Amino acid sequence: MTISFIWLLMVGAAILSGLSSGQGPEVAAAALEGAGAGVELCLSMAGALALWMGVMEVMRRSGLSHGLARLLRPVLKRLYPDFAQDQDTMDAVSANVSANLLGLGNAATPLGLEAARRMAQRSPGVASDSLCLLVVCNTASMQLIPTTVASVRSAAGCATPFDILPAVWLASALSLAVGIGAAKWMARVWR
Amino acid sequence: MELLITMLVPFLLFSISLWGVVRGVDLWDALVKGAGEGLQVAVRILPPLVCLLAAVYMLRASGALDRLSQLLSPVLSLLGLPPEVMGLMLVRPVSGSAALGVGAELISAYGPDSLVGRTAAVMLGSTETTFYTVAVYFGAAGIRRSRYAIPAALCADLAGFLAASWAVRLCFPG
Repeated sequence: MTISFIWLLMVGAAILSGLSSGQGPEVAAAALEGAGAGVELCLSMAGALALWMGVMEVMRRSGLSHGLARLLRPVLKRLYPDFAQDQDTMDAVSANVSANLLGLGNAATPLGLEAARRMAQRSPGVASDSLCLLVVCNTASMQLIPTTVASVRSAAGCATPFDILPAVWLASALSLAVGIGAAKWMARVWR
Repeated sequence: MELLITMLVPFLLFSISLWGVVRGVDLWDALVKGAGEGLQVAVRILPPLVCLLAAVYMLRASGALDRLSQLLSPVLSLLGLPPEVMGLMLVRPVSGSAALGVGAELISAYGPDSLVGRTAAVMLGSTETTFYTVAVYFGAAGIRRSRYAIPAALCADLAGFLAASWAVRLCFPG
């Protein structure tokens, strides 16, 4: 819904701004040029995307994601004290987090939704503190290997698409820390 | 250190595959099946990417993007952000494919190894599509009162944007 408005706004603004600066013909040509660029971009990153998803599938089948989930459990019990005793919910949360870390978006979402449904059973209709935290953690990215972005970079001719990894980890960790901090703080002050 | 990061991909490919074989995974089958899913992802993001890049190219050709970033550049440079990434920050929480389109545009226009290109890449890699995620989670859990979830998530997004720009300056000085 929101994206429809954004699109309308973008095209409208382009026409107004193009007419006022006498760039009308350029704007007209750019529409089709952009559409073509979309196809090119998608094709040029499809190969890298496919390869990485193949590796992710190996990680999932070899139990790497499962092992990671077990490593994470002690930390997660502290973050979600209300559900520390609820084994099934904690299982779903740690599986969700480890799938997120590994960039298994397709696997992370159903696991996270399972955890969310369990948490919501205690307070139907209202987001509890734990559920808010779960959602905030899932809106902050914690992917260790950002494969899609790396695919875009190599499509643009980058020889070392993964040289941004340390920067991505730093930014992700800071963003996640601020998200958790904000959620824990708001849990105390929000009525 | 640089060599280590450069060789990270082949090393990861090999060690994960080896681990898979050790654990008795049908390596080839898993690779091919995953790759198939990857192609499906590519097919799924193709239509929104085409529609969005058409609008982004129009905006760029009209000069509206330049004007907007000129207008906002004092605020952004005060925070240490390159003004060119303004558009990316606006669409990031709303639509993943839109953000990917805008980010990819920045990366190819300014170069993947430029300050703007790297900042855009790190922003894409360190944030998520907040509103979509909130909608999916609360929809599935039947939540009507979301309380502070959205403001807290937006705090995380803002921190991610600022941190992305700082981290790029820190990791790629000069």
